[in-house]
Amino acid sequence: MIAAVIQFFEQHPLLWTFVKAVVLASFTLMIPLAVIWIERKVAGFIQSRLGPLHVGPHGTLQTVADALKLLLKEDIVPDGADKRFFYIAPYIAFISTVLSFMVLPFAPGWVALEMNVAVLFVIGVSLFNVVSILMAGWSSNNKYSLLGGLRAVAQLLSYEIPMVLSVLAVVFYTGSLSLTEIVEYQVKHGWNIWHPPIMIAALIYFICALAEINRTPFDLPEAESELVSGFNTEYSGMRFAFFFASEFANNFFITAFAAALFFGGWDGPILPPIVWTFLKVFVMIFVFMWVRWTPPRLRIDQILRFAWQLLVPVSLVNLLFAIALGVK
Amino acid sequence: MGVKERLEKGLIKVPGGTILIAKMADIMAWARKSSMWSLTFGLSCCAIEMMATAASRYDLDRFGMFFRATPRQADVMIVAGWVSVKMAPFIKRLYEQMPEPKYVIAMGGCASAGGPYRDSITIVKGVDQFVPVDVYVYGCPPRPENLILGILKLQERIRREHLAEKNGLPKPVREPIIIPEAGATG
Ligand code: SF4
Repeated sequence: MIAAVIQFFEQHPLLWTFVKAVVLASFTLMIPLAVIWIERKVAGFIQSRLGPLHVGPHGTLQTVADALKLLLKEDIVPDGADKRFFYIAPYIAFISTVLSFMVLPFAPGWVALEMNVAVLFVIGVSLFNVVSILMAGWSSNNKYSLLGGLRAVAQLLSYEIPMVLSVLAVVFYTGSLSLTEIVEYQVKHGWNIWHPPIMIAALIYFICALAEINRTPFDLPEAESELVSGFNTEYSGMRFAFFFASEFANNFFITAFAAALFFGGWDGPILPPIVWTFLKVFVMIFVFMWVRWTPPRLRIDQILRFAWQLLVPVSLVNLLFAIALGVK
Repeated sequence: MGVKERLEKGLIKVPGGTILIAKMADIMAWARKSSMWSLTFGLSCCAIEMMATAASRYDLDRFGMFFRATPRQADVMIVAGWVSVKMAPFIKRLYEQMPEPKYVIAMGGCASAGGPYRDSITIVKGVDQFVPVDVYVYGCPPRPENLILGILKLQERIRREHLAEKNGLPKPVREPIIIPEAGATG
């Protein structure tokens, strides 16, 4: 039976691609439901509250209810908005997230598209997110949205550079641009995180990842106390839900990417590989949330100075070390 | 009879899992009532009590309620505190910026009817003079329990509204719910 199914899809590669696309897109939509619920529970835990409790057992249906409600809300488009860009911005954010999930290896062979330049692809595709934020901010025709959008672009672009440099360190060290090969290298030689230059790279990656997904010390694009809600101020209902979903799916992706680069991806004893991937991802997501709910927010000039004056030079020097140590 | 029982009636066991069957209207009402995001703004002393309701000890997030800073993403407006004549137009505008369906809770004596400032010329005698109010919560300031009771009553009302719509009845006229003094409710 299974063999027949496999044969069927081998004969129809287009259908198989379609199936993969649908599975990936729905996975990207489902992940935020879990991550947001965990986030609210963790926030409650840190602030000595309980978090969602009454909707479904222990609030597990809370995010489902939220998503449904957002679907049913009125869809407001401001009169002065640039309609075309206003309409498509959330979907571009979402598509960029789905695309980056495409090359992510969950377990041996569990990857939608085996690509030998996967790392490069991910970095390129994740920049679409910046474009969508700028589009949303600009087209809303609202001063808060515009400021939020511009800030987001300044911040994301300056943190993209140390992030790429630290990812490059891994690439030079393992000698491959393919995520699957990087993980296989670690299965053979031990996790990258235990090697000194990569350790520093991982630290830089962690800081930049916080900035990339707008987590608290760096959540300036949507600083509530000054910018109302940042770039998504004018978005309501379903369109806002797409922004929200892509933000949390990105959160998942950026940790999964880190797991593959630094923590050996699916590598681990006893448990099946897929479980290990998810275990590592959720532990890291927990750390991200922990950071989010503890320190206060920085100012935009502090953030940019920190990126350009500290992170970029350190990651450049670190990259040199990684090249020197990693060349075989 | 909670959502749980109604959902259980529609749960069908199949090998390897469960299928959920429910009417769209039920699910809509359920989603609306269990995810009421409210608008972040406080006007005066009552706001402190509203923050206390959202914080550790009482925790509004238990009911799936948290504060969104922008009116575009809010469902409920809790008017906490007195409204000066200059503030009123802004509250009206915020209300108009919220997407449908939207609800208003007037918290405390001032928002309901002017409170201790009834005789002042600068204070509006209740927000119901310019926005439709669904729930009036008694107190100066109301205790968090009272506010939570108001929210629960509002949830019930949202559910009933949609059930009536589903059964082809006319939408019930939105009569305000009045939450009396804590303890007097029984
Ligand atoms: S009802 Fe009392 S506590 Fe509330 S705003 Fe008025 S005076 Fe302040």
